[in-house]
Amino acid sequence: MSEDRWTLLTPDLFFSALGETLQMLGVALVLGSVLGVGIGAVLALTRQGGVLENRAASVLLGGLVNLIRSLPFIILLVAILPFTRLLVGTSIGVWAAIVPLTVMIAAYIGRLVENSLLEVPGGVVEAARSMGASPGQILWRFLLPEARGSLILAVTIAAVGLIDATAMAGTVGAGGIGDLALSYGYQRYDGFAMAATVVTLIVLVQGIQWVGTSAARRFRRR
Amino acid sequence: MSADSAGLIEFDDVAKTYPRGAAETVALRGVRLRVEPGRVFGVIGYSGAGKSTLIRMVNGIERPTSGRVLVDGIDIGGLRGRPLRDAQKRTGMIFQQFNLLETVSVRDNVAMPLRLDGVSRAAARARADEVLEFVGLSDKGDRHAAELSGGQKQRVGIARSLARNPRVLLADEATSALDPTTTAQIIELLRSINREYGTTILVVTHEMDVIKDLADEVAVMADGRVVEQGTVLDTFVRPRTAIARDFVTTVVPQGLPDRVLAHVGGEGLWRLLLVDDEVTQPLVSDLITGIGVSVNMLHADMTEIQEHTVGQMIIKVTGEADRVAAARAFLAERVEHLEDVVR
Ligand SMILES: Nc1ncnc2c1ncn2[C@@H]1O[C@H](COP(=O)(O)OP(=O)(O)OP(=O)(O)O)[C@@H](O)[C@H]1O
Ligand SMILES: [Mg+2]
Repeated sequence: MSEDRWTLLTPDLFFSALGETLQMLGVALVLGSVLGVGIGAVLALTRQGGVLENRAASVLLGGLVNLIRSLPFIILLVAILPFTRLLVGTSIGVWAAIVPLTVMIAAYIGRLVENSLLEVPGGVVEAARSMGASPGQILWRFLLPEARGSLILAVTIAAVGLIDATAMAGTVGAGGIGDLALSYGYQRYDGFAMAATVVTLIVLVQGIQWVGTSAARRFRRR
Repeated sequence: MSADSAGLIEFDDVAKTYPRGAAETVALRGVRLRVEPGRVFGVIGYSGAGKSTLIRMVNGIERPTSGRVLVDGIDIGGLRGRPLRDAQKRTGMIFQQFNLLETVSVRDNVAMPLRLDGVSRAAARARADEVLEFVGLSDKGDRHAAELSGGQKQRVGIARSLARNPRVLLADEATSALDPTTTAQIIELLRSINREYGTTILVVTHEMDVIKDLADEVAVMADGRVVEQGTVLDTFVRPRTAIARDFVTTVVPQGLPDRVLAHVGGEGLWRLLLVDDEVTQPLVSDLITGIGVSVNMLHADMTEIQEHTVGQMIIKVTGEADRVAAARAFLAERVEHLEDVVR
């Protein structure tokens, strides 16, 4: 870095922060998508008129999802710290942030997936039932494939939301680009650090959106 | 596919109500029907008559509130879970909106029922190609549904419904989204399935043309009831209820325009129905030269119904009162059906 220290930001600092963000993003997104698709499927199948109509399951899971989604992420993060500690054995660091990020994004993706599945024309389900498809087959062979374009868009939206939430991960000492912006750009008046993190976040979000949109377009048909 | 005797459908006093808030909608009120194996049976009625509710009970997508729906003697409404799904697999269904998957090829759409049964992808696709060839789409297997016309999509739907060699085929308004030419082609395809494989076909429609060209027997539904039932020919020649007559009129006009009726109405205005050989009799000239009345031919038409020719004439006969009576007696001997035209 330069002798006269016109910035505190070093390549080391920057790349380890980027690595932390990508780790949080990647792990939470993968786990959250798996959980979210499961939640969305249960919500879509158990609702009134669904192939596995079940009022209790629908109300319980729907209520839980609403509860999680009604908390601002920073509150969720501290509120579930005991649960986080139970799960990963620590309440600081990247993994301590990944737990609440996953919980938040799973609930979010769950709702988006539920919507995507409900958008599949009712006739498709009717055809599936007329063929004697089991509820599992209706989900795997009819609903999820037919909804895949909008599922990809749902995950894309969730990924962008995740980047937003990772900025708060510094609270539990998980680092990341957002934390860099706050602790260097903001608290130490480092304009270059601020600019670098802002540009990085913009590039990340744009990149995710671009990948998601083109994948969705490709998968909508064919 | 063997032409065994399987494919019998029976409705035994079937009722269905849907809850609607505190009240309820009654969709079916005590329906009794029997569809013999290998027949093409049509159900016609206006919107809301309960046709879809009725047909959806045959494959257990809908359950009776009371009464029983039997397919080959098995009470479909009494089945749950696995046994129900197994029963559903013996019945094929096609839909007004086709209900094909948009994200897989035509071939994989047709292969789907077999894939559900655990048949390998290769074997299922081979069978799909076989059925696609039968419906005349052997060159479209790699396409996607979105690239096909409505008629082609319905052929894919038919191919999919045939993949498992069902004994029963259900068609809910299968041609209602198609133009007349395409409708005729689909009807011909369904008839050929019935002919070649002896498949029992139950069709539900609000178009009497479809009944005329496709069905052997017809049940007319109104307000959740079967109000009239018989062979298609009988129903066309002698509709017994006002609603059946309305449907017949959409294919064979039954009367005269009011302005014409005002002019020629009264005594001696008759409607004649002629079936098969009766059509070729020289009736009018016999009336004029043999009986000695004058005849004014106001309307004549001819249709093909279930391999029968059905002709219709509306004539105004005038002359001495005893001659007109003689003309009527003469005609009554020679035609299937004779009636006064009144407004
Ligand atoms: N799932 C349902 N829930 C509540 N009411 C229903 C349901 N399905 C049908 N109905 C009602 O039952 C009656 C019969 O409906 P059905 O769909 O069987 O009529 P249809 O003869 O097929 O009419 P169309 O020609 O419009 O398709 C209607 O009053 C309808 O509103
Ligand atoms: Mg209907």
